[in-house]
Amino acid sequence: MANNASHIKKKRKELESHIALALKVANKSGADFAEISIAEDNGLSVSVRKGEIETLENHFDKGLSITVFKNQCKGSSSTSDFSEKAIRQAVKTAVDIAKFTAKDDYSGLADYDELAWDYPELSLYYPWEISAEEATDLAIECEAAALKADQRIVNSEGASVSSHASFRAYGNSHGFIGSFPATSHSLSCAVIGKENDAMQRDYWYTATRDSNLLEDAKQVGKQAAKRTVARLNARKVSTMKSPILFSPEMSSGLIGHFIGAIHGSSLYRKASFLVDSLGKKIFPDWMHIYEQPHIISGLGSAPFDSEGVRTRSHSIVEQGVVKNYVLDSYAARKLKLSSTGNAGGIHNLCVEPGKLSHSAMLKALDKGLLVTELMGQGINTVTGDYSRGAAGFWVENGKIQFPVEEITIAGNLKDMFSNIVAVGNDVDLRGNTRTGSILVEEMMIAGE
Amino acid sequence: MAKSSHSILSLSDISDAELSKVLGKLMSHGGVDAADLYFQKSHYESWSLEDSIVKQGNFSIEQGVGVRAISGEKTGFAYSDEISLKALTTASKAARAISRQGQKHSVNAFPSKLPKFHLYDAVDPVDTFTAEEKVNLLESVDAEARRLDSRVTQVMVGLAGERSSMLVAAADGTLATDVRPLVRLSVSVIVESNGRREQGGAGGGARVGYGYFLEEERGLEYAREAVRQAVLKLDAMDAPAGAMTVVLGAGWPGVLLHEAVGHGLEGDFNRKGSSAFSGRIGERVATNECTVVDDGTLPNRRGSLNVDDEGTATQCTTLIENGVLKGYLQDKLNGRLMGGTSTGNGRRESYAHLPMPRMTNTYMLPGKYEHDEIIASVERGLYAVNFAGGQVDITSGKFVFSASEAYLIENGKITQPVRGATLIGNGPEVLTKVSMVGNNLKLDEGVGTCGKEGQSIPVGVGQPTLKIDELTVGGTSGVS
Repeated sequence: MANNASHIKKKRKELESHIALALKVANKSGADFAEISIAEDNGLSVSVRKGEIETLENHFDKGLSITVFKNQCKGSSSTSDFSEKAIRQAVKTAVDIAKFTAKDDYSGLADYDELAWDYPELSLYYPWEISAEEATDLAIECEAAALKADQRIVNSEGASVSSHASFRAYGNSHGFIGSFPATSHSLSCAVIGKENDAMQRDYWYTATRDSNLLEDAKQVGKQAAKRTVARLNARKVSTMKSPILFSPEMSSGLIGHFIGAIHGSSLYRKASFLVDSLGKKIFPDWMHIYEQPHIISGLGSAPFDSEGVRTRSHSIVEQGVVKNYVLDSYAARKLKLSSTGNAGGIHNLCVEPGKLSHSAMLKALDKGLLVTELMGQGINTVTGDYSRGAAGFWVENGKIQFPVEEITIAGNLKDMFSNIVAVGNDVDLRGNTRTGSILVEEMMIAGE
Repeated sequence: MAKSSHSILSLSDISDAELSKVLGKLMSHGGVDAADLYFQKSHYESWSLEDSIVKQGNFSIEQGVGVRAISGEKTGFAYSDEISLKALTTASKAARAISRQGQKHSVNAFPSKLPKFHLYDAVDPVDTFTAEEKVNLLESVDAEARRLDSRVTQVMVGLAGERSSMLVAAADGTLATDVRPLVRLSVSVIVESNGRREQGGAGGGARVGYGYFLEEERGLEYAREAVRQAVLKLDAMDAPAGAMTVVLGAGWPGVLLHEAVGHGLEGDFNRKGSSAFSGRIGERVATNECTVVDDGTLPNRRGSLNVDDEGTATQCTTLIENGVLKGYLQDKLNGRLMGGTSTGNGRRESYAHLPMPRMTNTYMLPGKYEHDEIIASVERGLYAVNFAGGQVDITSGKFVFSASEAYLIENGKITQPVRGATLIGNGPEVLTKVSMVGNNLKLDEGVGTCGKEGQSIPVGVGQPTLKIDELTVGGTSGVS
């Protein structure tokens, strides 16, 4: 770990010195304010198929972006070359662009007082000392478990292991400079099943910051196979109104549409069906949604946002009522509010889990559709209209009856949100949104 | 040291001879039977307007080299954002780790003369307008949208231009360079009336300079089109739900072909047997009316390329001919493994991504029917003209595409506009239900971007008016 600590220290110092240089150059070039962000990402990904290595990819990506403000006019540029010459050129380019953009009274850096002057250490960095050979063996083990799990598994899209380590750094001319390292590791598997001349594919994955917490490779493979086999012999159902149970994975997308609709840029443009929803009841009164950016080792955790603003644990929905929008400093100024530390997105969005397990949620559904996959972009944030391709399972008497495909589900997000009947405790912890399955009272299914 | 004759390498310490040397080293590493080096230098700019002012401008530079070593079905890949001999050597070492045993291999000689191309000019779009001209263009588009209708409350306009230069050198003797310009202008408007808000969007682009948007008032036309769509939706009623006859308009609705058949015919999926179209060459997958091609050779089009990212000249590949499945889209690796050759469809997002079989411009050839004749033949159905994009599950063949502008057809006439709805179908089946193909082939305006395994690339689609006897429409209103 000592080695680790000195590597982190050195790297952070290096990136922060690039930022300091860029800020100095920007200042000398006549910019009133500037902000610089750097991302550097190093990784390995290995994919195997049918027991053999298929691709071995070595990743190294880096980028530095600069935004300058002069007389409230904004210009930005980016470069992957961190040499002094390239940084000077990038600053010059940004300053030149700012000569042509218009004065915007709302533009500028985040407010001084909002910055994360004293930001927490969130333990996001767990490098995985894994060789390409070891990663290959792990992926092979995962895929093999899937291939032998069921004789109907006839083909494979393979399994892959990926390991990434990144550094993020941000600084601006208020004097703020911050940086933090993070790792993310994942193992995934996708296999193909066949029965009655029709094929189905499904997958499973595990993702964590610390490789020791990854799900067992064999389990991931088995789960991929189980999910694939369950989809065989899927059929359409008839066109009807029905209650819909979104699996935890699909529920996070559903909640994502809510976040998109209370995002500052959608609100000030009035391009959202949730304009003026602050303080209004959008969900049932037992529902709570909050942001927890400081979960130790959390996949969505971050000590500050992409403007250096402190991230904070706070309610977004309390007792069904919208308590906070999702704002960066620009949108906040346009809306006469304060930044919520969400420039660049939200960090660990949590839907408070209910009491029902997955099987109890199926019982609550009783008769209707369990949706485990959604397809397409049929979401209109301006109107809330929702219409997407879906696949899943038909449920009767609280039990899965048969797999379903080639249907759509449609409704309006506003109605869907207010008609949520229950949230399960079957929370998916693998992503930036943590939610259990969500049961919506009624939507339109289009099928046969 | 002798400098390279190729401009992309001219500022580096990599000479032409070094290209052969590095490839030779890769090939001498046991079991490696193909290898290539892909150099890229690109820059990209974007300008955006909202609230009637140009708020943002951005300029970014990307460059680097990707090294690929292939051994049978195995690929080793590494890249660097530095174009230097040292970086190239380091990346080569990492890429060739894919194979371990020793064996000698030779590198074919590069051609002394590179072929000349003509699908687009090697312009740098960024230089084709001054900054003032770019700002003026955005402002004129905004003004046009606001002038047209007082219900317009917000206008967002984005202008983007890039020039990407590439050089690919492969151990099979391929050496090719290309300079690829690309521009795009997009408009999005919000309209508000009696408390109801709707949005409309339009745009276009090509492999040209920015002057394109002034010709034929294209930029202003996009504004008019965005406003027309948004205002139309203010009066739209709920879309129907269920299986019904669907008529797709000409042009951009060709996204149907991209999703329903295009992806399923990409060589990688078919080599692996994971596509619903696998092993079906020679079978009937569409009615006799349907002939679908992928054509990378259309001048100036967004999906076109002089050579693909493996240095293979693009071509027009027939995918479906009179309803019969004819061929797949191949890159070198998958073409070879399936006993054929590349069809010039090996594409990659950048030097930092691996190439794979991808579409270029995918469209259906015109048929014999008049557009009006097709509409008149439908007693009750949906007429869909604009789409927000789609998605496909290659293995099950199920695909969706989301209509953003659609109307009911009642008794052979287009009547009410309806709200957006997703259409869903089965790729290998849907074209067997095409009963009429129009004589009005149209290609899209040049805004399509295709995503596959995390890589985004520009593509084109097109088709004439099509009548599909039955397709599932995902509206909200009960069976009509």
